[in-house]
Formats: sequence, structure tokens, C-alpha cells
Amino acid sequence: MKKLFAMMLALVVALSACALAEGVMSYADYVAAEIDDEVTIEAYVQAHQGWWDNNGTGNVTIYAQDEEGGYFLYNAVATQEEADKLLPGTKIRATGYKAEWSGEVELVDATFEIIEGEYIADPVDVTDLLGTDALIEKQNQKVCFKGMTVEPIGDAGAAWLYGWDGSGEEGSDLYFNVSVNGQTYNFTVESYLCGPGTEVYEAVKALNVGDVIDLEGFLYWYEGVNPHITAVTPAA
Amino acid sequence: MKRRLALLAALLMTVLSLAGCHGSRERTDFETPAEFDTSRRYEITFWAKNDNNNTQKLIYQKAIRDFQALYPNITVKLQAYTDYGAIYNDVITNIATDTTPNVCVTYPDHIATYLTGANVVTPLDGLFDDPKYGFGGSDILFDGPARDEVVPEFLEECAFKGHYYAVPYMRSTEACYVNRTFVEALGYELPEVLTWDFVWEVSEAATKKNPDGKYAVNGQETMIPFIYKSTDNMMIQMLKQLDGGYSDADGSILIFNDTTRDILKTVAAHAGKGGAFSTFKKDGYPANFLNAGQCVFAVDSTAGATWMGAHAPLVDIAQERIVEFETAVLPVPQYDPEHPQMISQGPSICVFNKQDPQEVLASWLFTQYLLTNDVQVAYAETEGYVPVTAKAQNDPAYLDYLSRAGEDNSAHYFAKIDAAKLLMAHTNDTFTTPVFNGSTSLRDAAGQLIESVNTAVKRKKTVDDAFIDQLYKDTTSLYRLDQLSGASAADGPDDLGPLPAGSVALLATLVCVWALLGVYTLRGWLKERAKKR
Repeated sequence: MKKLFAMMLALVVALSACALAEGVMSYADYVAAEIDDEVTIEAYVQAHQGWWDNNGTGNVTIYAQDEEGGYFLYNAVATQEEADKLLPGTKIRATGYKAEWSGEVELVDATFEIIEGEYIADPVDVTDLLGTDALIEKQNQKVCFKGMTVEPIGDAGAAWLYGWDGSGEEGSDLYFNVSVNGQTYNFTVESYLCGPGTEVYEAVKALNVGDVIDLEGFLYWYEGVNPHITAVTPAA
Repeated sequence: MKRRLALLAALLMTVLSLAGCHGSRERTDFETPAEFDTSRRYEITFWAKNDNNNTQKLIYQKAIRDFQALYPNITVKLQAYTDYGAIYNDVITNIATDTTPNVCVTYPDHIATYLTGANVVTPLDGLFDDPKYGFGGSDILFDGPARDEVVPEFLEECAFKGHYYAVPYMRSTEACYVNRTFVEALGYELPEVLTWDFVWEVSEAATKKNPDGKYAVNGQETMIPFIYKSTDNMMIQMLKQLDGGYSDADGSILIFNDTTRDILKTVAAHAGKGGAFSTFKKDGYPANFLNAGQCVFAVDSTAGATWMGAHAPLVDIAQERIVEFETAVLPVPQYDPEHPQMISQGPSICVFNKQDPQEVLASWLFTQYLLTNDVQVAYAETEGYVPVTAKAQNDPAYLDYLSRAGEDNSAHYFAKIDAAKLLMAHTNDTFTTPVFNGSTSLRDAAGQLIESVNTAVKRKKTVDDAFIDQLYKDTTSLYRLDQLSGASAADGPDDLGPLPAGSVALLATLVCVWALLGVYTLRGWLKERAKKR
């Protein structure tokens, strides 16, 4: 009897530890919430874009994830000091509004606090999901693509461009095309996430059409899949 | 990234506009040299903005090559930008370090802030009329426009504080890109000039859903009947059309009035969840919704016409999402269609002052070159822009271009040419808002009022007088409108709040200086008195 009681007690303690704080949504609840609903989530920072002063209010855009799925916190309110604490793995509790902008589901007008906990997600290989309806279920997660071939982009058939059509310059986002299984996709190095001088920014500028590469990044959406790439290496 | 750039373009300048240009070095007034010294070499920097459009960048590059062929002693270095906010930010930064560009594509609102530094921007009055190097001057090596060939309405937009500080480069306005197929399917006939009542009524009709939850008009799950790109322009044009207050040339803030309140209530009435209205900031680019058959009325710049329509040459969505429909390009909605009023916008060019007047003259020569027909016509044809000179507008090449609307879906894409024609037909109906240091902040605030109401309603909040009262206060505070000279913001002059830290420091310094002067004077007086003894 004592043994059974002890086991039940242990189970209750374990469940309590796993339970979400009051008012905090699970990833499934978050997915089920409607656009414009107020939402509160707990997740782990995987990366963030550069902090900026948005008309007197500090903002930082965060790529976050839990064991179930990914979150994109667009322009969350933060001081620069708070943003600096958002190291990969940091757990945050964030409250904001669920929104959708050009297909990207995100939290906007979010505030957050840092709480106890740490988790760094392993990238999920979504190469085989490209071109399928299932891909969107991985939206905002840290993902990888294997064995992609660099395809020409722009009128001159370059391997990459500053800006979507080459109208930018150093410091702009980099755009490049990669293909697999006969389909071509447009990928981006988001300069606010990985700007000039970062390994991936320079690696993309060194690409040649025909290179076969592996990539890592976050599964961002802009009118379709448009990953923000964080790492490029020759295909293994 | 594009979204944040759009935000930056609007917001970055707000804070900076209030920071002014303190720390800049004093410069002497510019005086036009009697002769341009061609024995010397000049390197001038040109900061140019393009609309995320590589063709425009290539046109700048060609213009530079052609100019340098005429003036081999002048080298022009191009720095390409894709948004005005970044240019503005960089100019402000470089004023402090005395490293401004020589020539810069900009907005008059921004120049007003640059002018808070002494002699930073070159007044162009003297250069305009210089017999050798002015418009149509005898020593100009290219066929530039005479002064009276620059469209007067556009040139006047570059005058403030009694001087011309820029020349217009391109002009555009806003257009309403309409899915005529949907309008007619809903049982309406499209008028030549839209009224707000018509747009709201048709938009509400387009929100009707079938039993399966899909919208009746398009059979899709998404429909934003009326979507507006630049809500600052929306508010400004509505106020102008209703003769409501916005601001005056002295920088008085007049926007927080009952006309604005009525506009906001109208927006709220149509913006509810699944409602008839939304915005770029809230949902995405109008062109994408229009082209996917998820929108009836999409308002955007005429300089964005190449993205609009089922056969637009530039697209941001997958081909399989584009639906077939007929596009109409019309003026923005009006309260009084007999007397339409629409905003004039588009890039201007300013010349920064330098220690060497010869360098400034070289910059002016290049600036004028950008107004030649070759550059004007080529650039205008990239989008729904209009050349800023009558000379270019009447150039046979440009007239031929206009006459070929719809011949193809690239160079002669009909929506692009219709958009340009729209502005040319309505040049006399355009207006601009007063320019002053802080006018950019007011413009941002105007848009934010609509954005806040749109968002609030969709989040099921009540937009009533109490909400709008608070919104007025919050907006005044956020954009520091109560700190602008001549301000008459939501709270009025009876609640000025504590002095800014800078003002406190200045006043403290003045007190200290006066105290030291007093001590010094007293000391001298005591010494004199002692000597007299």
C-alpha cells in the first residue's frame, strides 16, 4: 500500500512539473486559437533577429520552439538588455496576439518574461516534405534540407542576389534558389538574423550554380515557404 | 525583411526627426562659383533609392555612365537603397560626422529635419536661375529642362522656409486597383470616380459567405474586400477631402479633431473580424490579395502598379494562386467625386552643402542631369511614375510609350501606364501636406490611428469615444507630437508634462553661466572699490 501511495505521489509530482502554468497554452491550443485571439505560450528561444528601436519602443523578433512546434514572435517588446539575454535555449513565457501576415502565423504585440528552463531543438529534416501540404505543420521550426542544388536566379543567372531581384547591396537580404526532386524553391538569408560577416551570409555569397548543399534554418513563410537560412554546408 | 523595411521607412525617422542634427559643423552659405573649374577632379556620392526594382538601379548606373562621359572630371559613386527610412537614418548619422552624400534621393519631409543643421542642405534658388549652370544654362553640356519645363506643382513641393531645397525626381499618387469582375458579379457598376460610400457598400457586400463558410464572391476562405497599403495616406486624403484639420505650415498639429473621430468610427464599422477592411500592416501586401482573387479594392501607390492585376509582370505569389479577373485603375475614393483630391508623392533630390562650392556645383550638374529626358522617361517607365518635366512628358518616346498601353504585359503593362495617366490627368487635383521638422512624425501618427482602430476591432475591442480619446492621447505621446513646435496635440497646452532632460540641462547651464558672470562682475566691482579706497 505504501509502495502504491509513493508511486502515485511521484506520478502527481511529475505531472505537476510537466503541466503548464495557468493560462499558458500548449502548442496544440495555440494552433487551435483563432487569428487575433490573445495567447500565452511558453517556449525556448532558438534565435532572434537584431534588436531595434521602433519609435521609442524596443523590439526583437524571436524564433522560438518547444517540443511540439515552432513560434515566431514578431517585434516582441524588449529592452536591448532583455534582448541580449535571449540566448539559444532560453525559456520564455510570452503573451501577445496570434496573427497571420502573408501566410506567416506569428505572435504580435507580445511581451515576455524569461523563466527557468532550457531546450535547444534539433533541426527537423523536411527535405521530403517540400512541395507537400504537410510542410506547413513544421512552420517556424528549426529545420534542415539535404542535398539541395543551387539553381540560377535573376536575369543574369547568378547563384544569389542582394534583395529579391538584385536591387539591394551588401547588407540586404540574400536570395537564392535551390532545387530538389525537380522543384525549385526560393530561400533567404535574412540579414537581421544573419547579416554580413556571419558564416552563412558569406557562405551563400560563395555559392555557385550547381553546387549541392545542405542547409539549416527556420521555416518562415511568405506567401509560401520561404526559409530563413542560418547554415549552409556542402552536401554530406 | 520587406515588412520591417516598410516599418522602418515609416518609423525610424520619427525618433530621429526629433533628434535634429545637433553636433553638425557650421558651414558657410553656398555661393555659386562664376565658373565651373573643369581642371579639377571631383568625386561625388549619390545615395539613390529604388523600389526593390533592379531595373531602376540599372537606370541610375546608366545615368552615371552617361553623365561621366560628358563630364570626365566628375566621378559619381552610387549607393543603392531600397527604402527611404534607411537613407534618412544614414543622412542624419552622417550630418553629425560631416560625411553627408553630395546628392540624395529623399522626401521633403526629411529635408525639413536635415535643415535643423545649419547650411547642411544647399538652397537651390540661386542655382536654378544661374545663367550658365542653372536650368537651361548656357554652359550645361546636356539637354536639360528649362525652369518653366519642370511641372510647377511638383517643383513647389520642394519649396519651404522660403527656399527651394530640392528638385522633384519622379511623381506618383495612390490608385485604387479594382477587381472589376467582382464588382460586377456583386451587381454593381463601377463609376469613373469611386466614392467612399460606394467602396464601403460593395466591400460589405463582398463579405457574404456561403453555407460552406467560403466567401460567395470568390469561393475562397479568404477575402479582404478593401485593403489599404499606406494608412497614413488614407487618413491624410480623407481629412483633406473633408476639409478636416491635419496640420498647418507652422507645425501646429490639428489632426485630433471630430472629423478624424468620425473617420475612425467609419473604419471601425467596416473593420471587424471577417470584415470589409484591413491594411498592409495587419495582413500583407494588397497586390497579393488582389491577384489571388481575395480582394476587390486594393489601394497602393501608382509606383506599385507593376504588381497589380492578374497579368502583372511582377508577382509575389505562386502562379497557381493567381486568378483571372479584369483590373481597373481608378483614383482613390472620394467624398466629392466632382472635386477629387489625391496626394502627390514620389522622390525628390537634394544637394548637400560642402566646403568646396565647386564640389556643390558638380553635384548640381549631376542633379540636373537626372532631369534630362533620357533619365526621366526611362525611370518613369519602370513603374506608374510620371516624369517631373513637361519636356519629358511630351517627349515622343514617352508619348509613344503611353499610347501603347496593354500591348504587352511587360514594358507596356496596361495598369502601369493607366496609373501614370491617372496622375497626369489629375495633377491639378493633387496636394501635399505641410513640411516642417516633425511632419514625418505626424504622418506616422495619422496612419497609426487607423491601424490601431483596425486592430482593436478585430480583437473584439469596442471603439467608442472613450477609446478614441485614449488613442489620441497615446498617439500624441508615442509620436511626441506635443513636443513639436507649434504643436496643438490631443492634450492641449495645459498638460505639457516635465521638461525634457535636454531642456533641463540647457536651463541649468544658462543659470550657471549667469551665476559665473555675476560672480565675475561682483569681483571686479569689489576690486575697483578696493582700489578707490
